[in-house]
Amino acid sequence: MTRAAAPRRRSLHPVAWWLWAAGLAICAMRTNNPFLLALIGAVACFVVSVCRTNAPWSRSIAFFLRVGVLVIAIRVVIEILFGQRGVPGHVLFNLPRVPLPSWAMAVSIGGAVTLESILNAAVEGLQIAVILLCFGAANSLASPYRLLRSLPAVLYETGVAVTVALAFTPELVLSISVVRQARRQRGIPVTGLRGLRGVAVPVLESALDRSLQLATSMDARGYGRRVSLGQGSRRLASGATTGGLLLVAVGLYGVIDSGSLFGLGLPILAVAAVMCGVGLAVGGRRSARSRYRPDPWRRPEWVVVGSGLVALGAMAVAHALNVPGLTVSFSPLAFPSIPLLPVVGILVAAVPAIAAPRAISPSTRGGIADPAAGPPTAQSSDAPQASSDLSGAPA
Amino acid sequence: MIRFDDVSFTYTEAAGPTLHRVTLAIPEGELCVVVGETGSGKSTLLRAINGLVPHFSGGVLAGTVTVDGRTTKENRPRDLADVVGFVGQNPLASFVTETVEDELAYTMENLGVPADAMRRRVEDAIDLLGLQDLRDRSLRALSGGQQQRVAIGAVLTASPRILVLDEPTSALDPAAAEEVLGTLARLVHDLGLTVVMAEHRLERVVPFADRIVLVPGGGAPLVEGSPEVIMRSSSVAPPLVELGRLVGWDPLPLSVRDARRRATSLRERLAPLTPPSPRVAPGAPTAANEMAATRKLVVAYGRVIALDGVDLSFSRGEVLVLMGRNGSGKSTLLSTLSGARQPTRGTVVVDGRDPRSFRPAELIRHVGLVPQDPGLLLYGESVHAECRTSDKVSDLDDGSTAHTLERILPGVPGDRHPRDLSEGQRLALALAIVLAPAPALLLLDEPTRGLDYPSKDRLIEVLRELAGDGHAVALASHDVELAARVGDRAVVLADGQVIADGPARQVVCHSPVFAPQVAKVLAPEEWLTVDEVRRALDGALPA
Repeated sequence: MTRAAAPRRRSLHPVAWWLWAAGLAICAMRTNNPFLLALIGAVACFVVSVCRTNAPWSRSIAFFLRVGVLVIAIRVVIEILFGQRGVPGHVLFNLPRVPLPSWAMAVSIGGAVTLESILNAAVEGLQIAVILLCFGAANSLASPYRLLRSLPAVLYETGVAVTVALAFTPELVLSISVVRQARRQRGIPVTGLRGLRGVAVPVLESALDRSLQLATSMDARGYGRRVSLGQGSRRLASGATTGGLLLVAVGLYGVIDSGSLFGLGLPILAVAAVMCGVGLAVGGRRSARSRYRPDPWRRPEWVVVGSGLVALGAMAVAHALNVPGLTVSFSPLAFPSIPLLPVVGILVAAVPAIAAPRAISPSTRGGIADPAAGPPTAQSSDAPQASSDLSGAPA
Repeated sequence: MIRFDDVSFTYTEAAGPTLHRVTLAIPEGELCVVVGETGSGKSTLLRAINGLVPHFSGGVLAGTVTVDGRTTKENRPRDLADVVGFVGQNPLASFVTETVEDELAYTMENLGVPADAMRRRVEDAIDLLGLQDLRDRSLRALSGGQQQRVAIGAVLTASPRILVLDEPTSALDPAAAEEVLGTLARLVHDLGLTVVMAEHRLERVVPFADRIVLVPGGGAPLVEGSPEVIMRSSSVAPPLVELGRLVGWDPLPLSVRDARRRATSLRERLAPLTPPSPRVAPGAPTAANEMAATRKLVVAYGRVIALDGVDLSFSRGEVLVLMGRNGSGKSTLLSTLSGARQPTRGTVVVDGRDPRSFRPAELIRHVGLVPQDPGLLLYGESVHAECRTSDKVSDLDDGSTAHTLERILPGVPGDRHPRDLSEGQRLALALAIVLAPAPALLLLDEPTRGLDYPSKDRLIEVLRELAGDGHAVALASHDVELAARVGDRAVVLADGQVIADGPARQVVCHSPVFAPQVAKVLAPEEWLTVDEVRRALDGALPA
C-alpha cells in the first residue's frame, strides 16, 4: 500500500522505529495490568516478525525475549525467598524461616508464600520484560549503522568509532576459533592456561593490527578533515553545549523533584535543549561532511511514529480520566478489569506491520544467507572469503 | 604529478634507511609499476606518496614528496584524500562501513561532496567496476576479487588524480586479476588517472605498464624506465621476458601477443622435441603410495555448499596443485584435509586415519597447513623465538627451523617481531615452521602472496625436495606460473566440484585461464617453463 509512495524498496528511517518503540515502552511503564502488558509485548513481537529483515541484528528480539523470561523468573524467585511477609492472603506453601539478627529486621528469608505475592511479583517482572522487549523490537527493526548515520554532524566521529566497534566484536569472536585452529596446526596444545595465553596474544595482536590498518585507511580517505571555524563560532559552540548540558541536569532535577523549583523543570529543559541544539549545529559546521542518501522521512515514518504516539496518547488520556484497571493489585485477589481505551490504542501500534515499507536486507542478500539470490555471473559461485580466516569459512 | 626530491626515510630503530636519496618524478596519466624483491621498501615508497609515511608509520623522512603541487610535509593523508586514492594490501581491513554502496560513498562524505554529485559518482563507479549486483551486499560477504573491486571503487568516487595500489591482484584468481588490471588500464586511458602500484607478479602487470620503478632494497638507488628498458636487465622478470632473453628477441616481448608473433621460428625448432614427461605418473595411485584421500566429500556452511562430492587421492612424492577461481572451495578442501573442519558428508583419510583424531603433537608430523594469512601461525616475540618454539614442539634439533627459514628466504632478521616483517618474510617464516617437522602431507594455501621471484624459486626447490623424499604436497594457488613449475598433477575446482584432474601439463595447457605465459606463446606445443625450453634447446632432452 505504501510501496507506491516509496518508489524504491527502502528501509524505514531507524529513528522512526525507535520513536515507535519508545512510545510502546512508555505505555508499558504506565501500567501494570498484565493483559495490557501482554498485549504490548504481542504487538511488538508481531510487528518485528512482519517487518524485520534477515540482517544479523534482526535476531536480537529472540535474545530480548529470553532475557524477559529470565527477569520474570528471577523476580518470582526473589519474592519466594525474600518476599515481604505478614500480608494476608492465600498461602501456597511454607518455606522454613531463617532466623536473622534484630538489626536485619527489614529482610526476611523464608516463611509463608502467598499466591497474591507471587502474582504481584510476576506482574512486576512482566512489566520490565515488556519494556525490554520494546527495546529489543527497535534493535531488531532498525539497522544500528543507519541509526548512527542519523547522528548530528558534530557527533559523527563518535558515531564512526561506535560503528567500527560494532563491526569488530563479532570478528574478534571469529578470530579466536581461527587462531585456536592455527595453533593446533603448529602442534601446540590449545587448552590450559598456556594455551589461553597463546590464543589471546595473537587474537589481540591481530585486533590491534586491524585497527591500525583501519585507521590508516580512514585517514587516507579523508576522515577527520576540518574546516577552520572562526574563534567566535568555536566559543559559541562549546559554550552553548556546556551550558545546555548543565541546564539539562538542573532541569531534570526540577522535573523529578517537582517541589523544589516551582515547576520550572520543563521550561529549563526546553532552554537546555535549544542551547544544545545551537551548540551541535554550530559545532557541526566544523566538519565539511556531506551525507550520502540520507534516510528520507516520508509518510510511512509519520504513520509509524504516529501509531506509537496514539498508543501513548490513549494511555495518557486513560490516566487522566482515571479509567479503572491501569494499575492493578492482586491483594486482595481479584481478576483485573481490561480498560478498553488503552487496548484500542495499543492495537493501533500494530499498524506499522502494514504501513512500513518492506525493508531490503542490507546484510547478506545473495551472500551467505541466500546464494540463490545472487547474480548469475561468474562471481555467483563465490563463497564469502574472509582473508583472515584460516580455513576459508564464511564469517 | 608526483615528485620525490632527494627523499630518504628511516624507520624508528631501523639499522639503515629504507629509502635513500630517492629522486623520482611520475608524470600525469601514467601507469607506473613498482617492482622489487620482498621487503625492499616498495610499500614504504607507495605510502610516502600520500603521507602515510611518515605521518602514520613514524620514522624520519628527509627531502620532499610533492603531490599535485602539495607537499606531504604540510598536508596530512586526510588532507590529500581528494588527490590521492590509496588502496592497501588487505581490502577487507580497510573497509569502514557495512555495505558496498555506503563504502563507495564514504570518502566523498568526508570530502563534503554535494549529495547529487555523490549519487552520480557512486552510480558511475558501480558501472565502471561492475558492482551492480553487489550494491546492497555486506562487505564481509564478498569474495576476494569483489572486495578488491569495491576498495578501488571506494577511492575512485572521490575522483582523485592519483591512484596508489599495494599489490592489488595478489589475492585474486587469474581471471579476476585481469579484470581489475583491465579496469585500471581503462581508468588511465579514459580518465587520465595516474596509477602507481606495487606488484610481484610481473607477468600480470608488465603488459599494462608505462613505466617501471625498480626498488633494489637496502637503500640502493632506484632504477626507472620504460618496461622494455628495465626488463632487459632486471633481476625480476616475468617468464615472457626470460623466454625473450633466452631466444634473443629484441625488443623484448611484453605481452603474449607480441611474443607469439615472434615465436613462429621457435615453435618450429621445438616441434620435433617432446616436452619432458611428468616426474611421476599421476592418475593411478596405488594403495601403497596413497598418502591421503577424500571420498564423496561434502562440506557445507549453512546452506552454501563449499565442497560437493569431492573424490581425490594424494600420493607420496607428488606435488598437486589446486586451482579454481576465488571461492571455488580450495581453502575448504585444504582445511578439511588438515582436520580443521568436519566433513558434512563423506570421509577424509590421512595416513589411514581421520585427521581430526590426531593429537596436536601428532598432527604436525602427519599434516602441515600454511594458512592464507601466515600471521595466524605466528605469535612469538621474535623470529628466533618462533624458530625455537617450533624446534621444541616438534622435537627437532636446535636450529633446524632457522635453517629451513634460511633456505627459503635468507636474511630474515632474527630479532625482529614477526608482525614487523614484510608480508613475504612472514610467509617464509610460517613456511619454515610448517616445513621443518617434514609433515607427511603438506598443504599450502596461496603460498606465494608477496613473494618475489627468487623466494619463489627457493620455495619450489624446497617443495620438490620434500616430494622427492616421499612427502605428499598439495598447494592451492592462483599463481599459474608457480603451478606450471612445481606441479606434477593439477586439479581444477569449480563450485566445489572437481572439473579437471590430471597431469599438470595437460590440465594447465588446455585452460585459457590457467595456462602459463610460455604455454600460451608456444601453444599448441605443451611447454610450461622457460627452463624446459632452455634445456630442450641445449639438447639436454632427447629429440
